[in-house]
Amino acid sequence: MRNTNFTETQFERVLKSGRFAITAELNPPDSADPEEVYRAALILAGVCDGINAVDASGANCHMSSLSICALLTKVGYEPVYQISCRDRNRIAIQGDILGAAALGVRNLLCITGDDVSAGDHPGAKAVFDFDSIQLLRTARKMRDESMYLSGRKITKSPDLFLGAAANPFAPPYDWRPQRLAKKVAAGAQFIQTQYCFDVDKFKEYMRQVRDLGLHDLVYILVGVGPLRSHRAAEFMRSKVPGVVIPDKIVERLKKTPKKEQQKEGKLICMEIIDEVKDIEGVSGIHIMAYRQEELVSEIVLESGFLPRPIKK
Amino acid sequence: MKNFFMIFQEFLYDIAHNFLKPFSGLFKKNSVVEKILIGLEKVGKGAVYNCQMCGECILHSTGMVCSMNCPKTLRNGPCGGVRLNGNCEVKPEMKCVWVRAFENATQMPKYGSEMMWIQAPVDRTMKDSSAWVNIYQEVDPKKMSNWQTEEDNLRLQEMWRVE
Ligand code: SF4
Repeated sequence: MRNTNFTETQFERVLKSGRFAITAELNPPDSADPEEVYRAALILAGVCDGINAVDASGANCHMSSLSICALLTKVGYEPVYQISCRDRNRIAIQGDILGAAALGVRNLLCITGDDVSAGDHPGAKAVFDFDSIQLLRTARKMRDESMYLSGRKITKSPDLFLGAAANPFAPPYDWRPQRLAKKVAAGAQFIQTQYCFDVDKFKEYMRQVRDLGLHDLVYILVGVGPLRSHRAAEFMRSKVPGVVIPDKIVERLKKTPKKEQQKEGKLICMEIIDEVKDIEGVSGIHIMAYRQEELVSEIVLESGFLPRPIKK
Repeated sequence: MKNFFMIFQEFLYDIAHNFLKPFSGLFKKNSVVEKILIGLEKVGKGAVYNCQMCGECILHSTGMVCSMNCPKTLRNGPCGGVRLNGNCEVKPEMKCVWVRAFENATQMPKYGSEMMWIQAPVDRTMKDSSAWVNIYQEVDPKKMSNWQTEEDNLRLQEMWRVE
């Protein structure tokens, strides 16, 4: 159905070639200085195939994902543009998708978004005009049928590689794989999961995903990331929506002397990568290292994923 | 017990549907009949399901749980924020609407698998109108927005698993 005139994105090309793909999250600045984006991107660009520009994650105010993407494409980096349903209605979102495509943004990650209550403006009005699946399908419609949701024509359709998020670690566990099937049917071509700290649970999830045959239809990137300390782990699992960290990992960090904890956190992350990378149906990893970008390159290097495929 | 209760609700849904059908000619937008139906829906569905009067009722496709009670008003399944105890990310004291919906749907032999359907974006102009009138009048927002997912829905329904 998809117009074959479209060219592949670098990220898509890596996935299609069967090579293990790596994406990483860029921590959005609280600043109007583009240099802050470039400084963070410089570290990431050489070690991953796509840089995620988050859309006010955790409902905290930051530089917007679209503008970060614009800064990144300007210098030839490949962003993954995250759009959440929390802050914008269908009119704004569809306009942003066209604008993003015009700026050379190709990879789009459609997510529901954390509620405003999780962030620094809990009194804000939450929008949620779309849910993530409706957003995905609308984006696909814009690309494949060259029309808005209203049916009105688009003269040049946006060339998009569509993605969605998945959280295998939140209830209702048995329905999560089927919900993934809905996302795939709505248009998802790649998936980036929530942080994986419970490999056994993830294996069970992937077993069900394979049962449904979804691993043949969508590229799955497992969310991973280094924990800075046992405090950070405690904070994340109690305050960040959807993050599940088993006790045994928190205990392991706690037993480690304070100064060594960051190193231990990185080690845990690399152990998890090592375990998940060989699971059938896993196409890559998505690294989220909150305020620890420098660790991303170490992790990628030491896990043996360098060099990355050359960009065309 | 729960199983019986859910099947009973499916049965009631069918009865209501069949009972109302012969009168559907009377179901006109902005008519007195609509006013009466709005009242009935508000009171009846309000009491039983905490109906939010979205005007596009999909109760039987979401485990007889009104998904407009989800603080994010999601129509296609749970967000990633559901807590480990199955409670809502936004309202920690409330069980996630979609956890309830899934539990119920697994007990619904007839309509349970409709959980797999891809639901269209909500048409906000339908708010506070009668869903029953809208159904029989075929004021179908899916058609208005070319939301053609029927084929996908059938395929998805086959993936419905109750273990
Ligand atoms: S946890 Fe459940 S009820 Fe709460 S916002 Fe998410 S999907 Fe809705």
